[in-house]
Amino acid sequence: MPDRRAVLTGLGVVSPLGIGVDDTFQALLDGASGLRTFDLFDPGNFPVTFAGQIQDFSARRFVPKSYRKAVKVMARDIEIVVAAADQAFRNADLETRGTSDGEEMTVPAKRIGCNIGAGLICTELNELGVAINTAVKDGKFDYKLWGETGINNLTPLWLLKYLPNMLSCHVTIIHNARGPSNCITCGDASGHLATAEAAMYIMRNTADVAISGGAESKINPMGLLRQGLLGRLCTTRNDRPTEAIRPFDADADGTTVGEGGGLVIVEELEHARQRGARIYAEVAGFGAACDPAGIEIEKATAGNLGLAVRNAMTMAGVTADDVDAIFTQGTGVPGEDLAEAVAWKSALGERTASIPAYSYTAAMGTLYAGTAGMQLALAGKAIEAGKLPPTRNHTQPAEGCELSVAAEARNLDLNCVVCAAFTVGGQSGAVVLKKV
Amino acid sequence: MRRVVITGMGTINPLGHDVDSTWQALLDGQLAPSPIELFDASTFPTTFAAQVKDFSLADHLDDADKHGHAGRHCQFAIAAAQQAWTQAGLDAWDGLDPERTGIYLGSGEGSLDFEKFVGLLVDSWKDGQVDTDVWPKLAFERMELHREIEQESNMVVAHLAAQFDIVGPAFNVLTACAASTQALGEAAMQIRYGMAETIVSGGAHSMIHPFGLTGFNRLTALSQRNDDIPTASRPFDLTREGFVLGEGASILIIESYEQAKARGADILAEIVGYGASADAFRITDQDPEGDGAATSMRAALDDAGVSTDDIDYISAHGTGTKQNDQVETRAMKAVFGDETTVPISSAKSMLGHLIAAAGATELITCIRAMRDQVLPPTMNLHAPDPECDLDYIPNEPRKAEVRTVMSNSFGFGGQNNTLILTTGE
Repeated sequence: MPDRRAVLTGLGVVSPLGIGVDDTFQALLDGASGLRTFDLFDPGNFPVTFAGQIQDFSARRFVPKSYRKAVKVMARDIEIVVAAADQAFRNADLETRGTSDGEEMTVPAKRIGCNIGAGLICTELNELGVAINTAVKDGKFDYKLWGETGINNLTPLWLLKYLPNMLSCHVTIIHNARGPSNCITCGDASGHLATAEAAMYIMRNTADVAISGGAESKINPMGLLRQGLLGRLCTTRNDRPTEAIRPFDADADGTTVGEGGGLVIVEELEHARQRGARIYAEVAGFGAACDPAGIEIEKATAGNLGLAVRNAMTMAGVTADDVDAIFTQGTGVPGEDLAEAVAWKSALGERTASIPAYSYTAAMGTLYAGTAGMQLALAGKAIEAGKLPPTRNHTQPAEGCELSVAAEARNLDLNCVVCAAFTVGGQSGAVVLKKV
Repeated sequence: MRRVVITGMGTINPLGHDVDSTWQALLDGQLAPSPIELFDASTFPTTFAAQVKDFSLADHLDDADKHGHAGRHCQFAIAAAQQAWTQAGLDAWDGLDPERTGIYLGSGEGSLDFEKFVGLLVDSWKDGQVDTDVWPKLAFERMELHREIEQESNMVVAHLAAQFDIVGPAFNVLTACAASTQALGEAAMQIRYGMAETIVSGGAHSMIHPFGLTGFNRLTALSQRNDDIPTASRPFDLTREGFVLGEGASILIIESYEQAKARGADILAEIVGYGASADAFRITDQDPEGDGAATSMRAALDDAGVSTDDIDYISAHGTGTKQNDQVETRAMKAVFGDETTVPISSAKSMLGHLIAAAGATELITCIRAMRDQVLPPTMNLHAPDPECDLDYIPNEPRKAEVRTVMSNSFGFGGQNNTLILTTGE
């Protein structure tokens, strides 16, 4: 790789615990939980009635006036990402078409890349249901009626609300980012893969700045259905959401759906220095891997996360002795937690038990395509603050989980942090952040 | 800098179930569009598509059972990948390092379990909305785990990892119509910069389902030429009125030149340049000046270190929508000059638009064009649009000296990607 180095200069977070990385990080340090009975729709007879829902959220606040009309064609995943992108560019002190009052740009448009992880965006059932129910004959959906008249009940731009690349497209349009633009769809690993690629844009000199990470909301009926069919949801603790999700804990009983966006601004080191930017950390290494067993979705796997971590550490030129903390996924699904813990151990060896490990899932739920970007944004903040938040609800380590997870906040000098995530289907990604 | 070469390719598409038959069909000017058979589309504004017909995974694989849950586009991908893997000689080579072998796809989402899905909406509908006391009960009874999860676009990656026991870097991107070109470009960068030695790359997609057709019809993006279906895809023609929805998968094996040489593989082509850009204009329209598309082409030329004079052929995005073909022509002129004589064609005139799989499929045609020194035509081009006045190789294939080619893909929403290939000699 050429000797251009990629660093993080901006962090953008929209989470169940707040808007902005500072509020979210402080809430995590305070041990807060963002899990509660969700009200995006009536939980009715869903087996899980609590989630990590973003509170008091309106995307319009984060979109320039001239673009507010477009919010109508944004699925919730897109609303979340445009808010997180606004946060990230502002946090990096970068003027863009979206953050400045006019067309001023700190960086030329063609030198700004974008790479955002997205999920399988769920269609709003009520919106679709209104149209579908105009095409019913004898109590059944009728193709001929649908084709003749039914489809006209959907807004012309309906499809565009749900295309995963629209996360990137809206962000590039709002901020006038005209460099390379991609959309990774590898579930929870997406944000790490996206950030790895964004760092490569910087390293191979196709951009000076790139926004990367991911966002998703699975707080919708199809999301709950699919996660329920997978058997990943905690269905026994609807009466006590804040204690329900227990990463790497002996009493773990599944996860729940959350929603959130975690984005970072990746920037070339000298470029950042010249404009006097705050530098959180260097993207010193990244790695990716997959597990051929990922096809067997009934079985818990961790997507060969150990190999992804090893590759990232090799690239960063660090060993387990150098690692000050790890940001784990810790979904709270017992089989997954075990597979993940074993994977970390395969990469970190005997030092595993003495490296502080952290998971935010107990406080926010599982964020899917938002997972890895959220890890990176929080890790960047943790390095700056010299603090690692407590992992909620971890009281008794699960058998076989040799990670050093702490239920208390810790003050730590964090020079090297490894973040990693994996997804159902068997892909994983890892990023090593180092203090510059 | 490490060189990146292509050593295997496979395809399942509306004109063929392998590369040879597809290529011959393209040279013969065969037209894929036909009435939709996958569901009753007879009353939709558009009643036709370019469908893959008579496909069975068992015809391509001894152990097809392993992929029993795979969705339609995923099955196409597995078959295409097996062809590519075999052609590259990877079945017979014991030197492959699984940790240095990756997957990088631009594959689309799977299709909804449509009848069950709409059945739920009908049966749980009460007072103008879904009754969430009823919907979950019915949904957990009726919907099937695998059918649901296989809709996640990363599951195609999972199937290929299982098929070839791959454990290295695994990516899927979904940048609409540009996805597989972007996948191949980024995969090439991973090999160039040492993240992997071998990558299974390409794309797969099928949107020929009721909501796919609905979505594109509502956008008025599709041709509605229901009375002349075979000639409905008319890129660069004055009478064009939209694209024809297609489906399929194309997969290529790319690897480092050193490895390919060392193991004596047949080098089919070399990826020498990759460019990407965003329009940052509107989600519904391309930048009318084609600046984003031009930026992508220029970036690829720079990356390859070649000039426009070196390009012997452009495989156009050429969708056959009013807007795309004009904007694309403007962009090509901006890069190549107003008077450029570079030959250009759109395979979509015959294949239809394979969406996420389009770019990889068209790249295969570029490779065959270099191998056989013949350029595929743009069919159905009889009434040239005055705004589209370049050489689009109308209606007949053409013999030509072809050593360096450019392939363009532009995604809905403004993500543009360009690849440049040479023969790899």
